Amino acid sequence: MENEVEISVSDLSFYYGKTKALKNISMDIYRNRVTAIIGPSGCGKSTFIRLFNRMNDLVPGTRAEGRINIGGLDILGTGVDVVELRRRVGMVFQKPNPFPKSIFRNVSYGLEVKNVKDKIYIEEMVEEALKNAALYEEIKDRLNDSALMLSGGQQQRLCIARCLAVKPEVILFDEPCASLDPVSTKKIEDLITELKKDYTIVIVTHNMQQAARVSDYTAFLYFGELVEYGISEKLFTVPADSRTEEYLSGKFG
Amino acid sequence: MKQKIKEEIYRCIFAVLAFSSLVFLVGITLTLLTQGLPLFREVSFMNFLAGTDWYPTYDPPDFGALPLIASSAFVTLGAMFVCVPLGIGSALYMNEIAGYRQKSFLKPLVEILAGIPSVIYGFFGMVAVAPLIQRIFNLPTGLTALTGSLVLGIMATPTVASLAEDALSFVPNSFREASLAVGANRWQTLVKVVMPSAGSGISTAVILGISRAIGETMTVLMVTGGSAVIPRSFFQPVRPMTSTIASEMGEAVFGQLHYNSLFALGLVLFFTTLFFNIIAEYISSRYRLKLGMGR
Repeated sequence: MENEVEISVSDLSFYYGKTKALKNISMDIYRNRVTAIIGPSGCGKSTFIRLFNRMNDLVPGTRAEGRINIGGLDILGTGVDVVELRRRVGMVFQKPNPFPKSIFRNVSYGLEVKNVKDKIYIEEMVEEALKNAALYEEIKDRLNDSALMLSGGQQQRLCIARCLAVKPEVILFDEPCASLDPVSTKKIEDLITELKKDYTIVIVTHNMQQAARVSDYTAFLYFGELVEYGISEKLFTVPADSRTEEYLSGKFG
Repeated sequence: MKQKIKEEIYRCIFAVLAFSSLVFLVGITLTLLTQGLPLFREVSFMNFLAGTDWYPTYDPPDFGALPLIASSAFVTLGAMFVCVPLGIGSALYMNEIAGYRQKSFLKPLVEILAGIPSVIYGFFGMVAVAPLIQRIFNLPTGLTALTGSLVLGIMATPTVASLAEDALSFVPNSFREASLAVGANRWQTLVKVVMPSAGSGISTAVILGISRAIGETMTVLMVTGGSAVIPRSFFQPVRPMTSTIASEMGEAVFGQLHYNSLFALGLVLFFTTLFFNIIAEYISSRYRLKLGMGR
């Protein structure tokens, strides 16, 4: 399959007050590919992907410069409908964060806030989303139970289902396995590989093995700077930059 | 060996301190019961609760507490209409809408309001609120149930606001993020996710606010006018249980029925607030479970 650009980042900088957290980043993220963002803690990985759905808007005193073009729209522009953007660019967070509602209501939430009234359509979408998140078989008999009864791994797949139900184009994963055990982690990784057929996926992780396992492309961020970006296989075996090599060999981070 | 004895002594001292609340609680209950119950040797329980005339110094005296209980209920209900919207509204504003700077200015302000002695609220009610009510509604006196409700409501607002604000700040930020991330706007996030998650905490805040209002004495004594008839509207003077006790205790003779009847009123008050506090405790323990904090 040809590489089509889904997200185009150009000369992007981001400031927390006076601190420059991201430094003039430019990169293209491809459709139906998994792109991993790796780097040591505090290097700006999460800050970076949280710009793609304007989640950083919630943090006071921040400012972005440059452009992020998603599907022909500069999403950092002032007139952008953030609500609409977040329907196109979904996000799964570091800690599973289901609402204290039923499993069903968790998944239907995105449709509910979109004012979808058609009950049959909602039921179909919820079922489809749960199936695509590889959770349906486990919980199909207890859709009305509280989501908080699920295990951590199931909760995280529920959060993925919640995100899928609004049919986004891009899914951002912010260290989705950070709080999960190895078995649950494996399930999420398999799921990500499955999901890339229909979605563009960006995943932040500080687990290099995970990045190597799931991603097609990898970007290495170091102190807000994009050090290296390329095909994962190549980046992990023959890194071009000495800093990437040092990080991969565990000299820091 | 010596060390062990020392530790044992410390343990005992702190145990005594910790259990003192229990001792006081039992002591207060016993006092109320021993001083209040003798009334019911002369007056039947139903006549006390449902009797409509309170003339404790007449001959023969009447100990119908219904006008007093109704007055308390009236004033408390009125206060709820003031403190619930004001308290929850300010909590929502402080926690969800105001920026950091506004919040750090507003929260201490609310807490100062909570620390003002009730007699000061009474002054405020007498001098500022009562004349206003009298003029607006063209009443013979400004000392009415409405005045009491307003002033009590303002007094209970900081309790409600502060506790409701705590409840809202306990809602994990990850809930808000999750909601926004699937395309909910701020208002939907607030109504559909934040409020329900904080719901039981907010109800606890309201209940504790109410029980504060029921037990308040000085303010109602000063602003409600003190007429012991069953209230028919908010525009007439009323005489809640608390102000009855406070104003009549001085003239009641120790060991007489009048004296006992005031303690019986105390019992009614005591069990009402106890009831509300138990409900509040029950709800808040369920709420902690729901958010998965402590078990």
